[in-house]
Amino acid sequence: MTADQVQKLRVGDRVTVRCMFPVGHIRTPRYIMGRTGRISHHVGEFPNPEELAYGRSGLPAKTLFRVHFNQTDLWPDYRGAPGDTLEIELYEHWLMPSAEGEAGGKSA
Amino acid sequence: MHQDEAHAHAGHHDHGPTAKDHDDRLTYYRAMEIALRELLIEKRIFSADDVRRAVEAMDSRTPENGARLAARAWVDPEFKKRLLADGSAAAREMGFKVGELKLMVIENTPKVHNLVVCTLCSCYPRMLIGLPPAWYKSPAYRSRMVREPRAVLREFGTHIPDDVEVRVHDSTADLRYLILPMRPKGTEGWSEEQLVPLISRDSLIGVAVPKFEGPS
Repeated sequence: MTADQVQKLRVGDRVTVRCMFPVGHIRTPRYIMGRTGRISHHVGEFPNPEELAYGRSGLPAKTLFRVHFNQTDLWPDYRGAPGDTLEIELYEHWLMPSAEGEAGGKSA
Repeated sequence: MHQDEAHAHAGHHDHGPTAKDHDDRLTYYRAMEIALRELLIEKRIFSADDVRRAVEAMDSRTPENGARLAARAWVDPEFKKRLLADGSAAAREMGFKVGELKLMVIENTPKVHNLVVCTLCSCYPRMLIGLPPAWYKSPAYRSRMVREPRAVLREFGTHIPDDVEVRVHDSTADLRYLILPMRPKGTEGWSEEQLVPLISRDSLIGVAVPKFEGPS
């Protein structure tokens, strides 16, 4: 386990969504992977749906957050209004503290 | 629904006089569902009537349940606070049986227009307002709504000014979302009962906004 996996994430933190392609059921869509946003809500602790999908207990429970993104950080050619945003539920193990500061956008 | 399927299948079906009179296919997963259901009934885990009653109960949930929550919130500021703080508790308070639903109610404001999509599948507050419309489950809606929400809204006839933020909620995990629309101008003094019919399913998803066209 790396240091950033044990670090507790909190509302207000800037986070980057991990790029991971595990085999099987996941609840993180591809378009959000590698993108940087800000945690807007702590939803709670829930059994991990990626484990529940295979009849396992999903325990220990994982923390679920809602994370806020600027659309222009998700889609470089976004053609809506510049202030448009997106919020999405993401589990803690998909998030890492952002190394990008306030910049946003896609990480390497 | 029927129309959507007719479009989806256009060009693939034989519509001539010899075409079989069916609107369905026995797919792999449908065959699996039937086999599992019949086994469970045979083993008396539940009965065919239990299945029928569960389907009937789901079909009795309609968008009007959501409209009732929204109308109550429009006339009762204290209820609105409770609805935004804990949607499921507020729904239970009004007598709706929502089971394990974790309802998140998001309020539209003059500054932010909210809408809901589930890019991964078709998550929807079914335990409150029933099954989602066919388009909500379509790959086109699910992929385009996060990519070009304003273009999709325009196709629904909904024009949001550029100085209003469009906020897309991707329902990917354990919450289910309901939008609390803005109360239309001209409805001041209306009762809760009068307001309910103004609030459509689509306005609870966020692809439309309630309108009051003037005195009837």
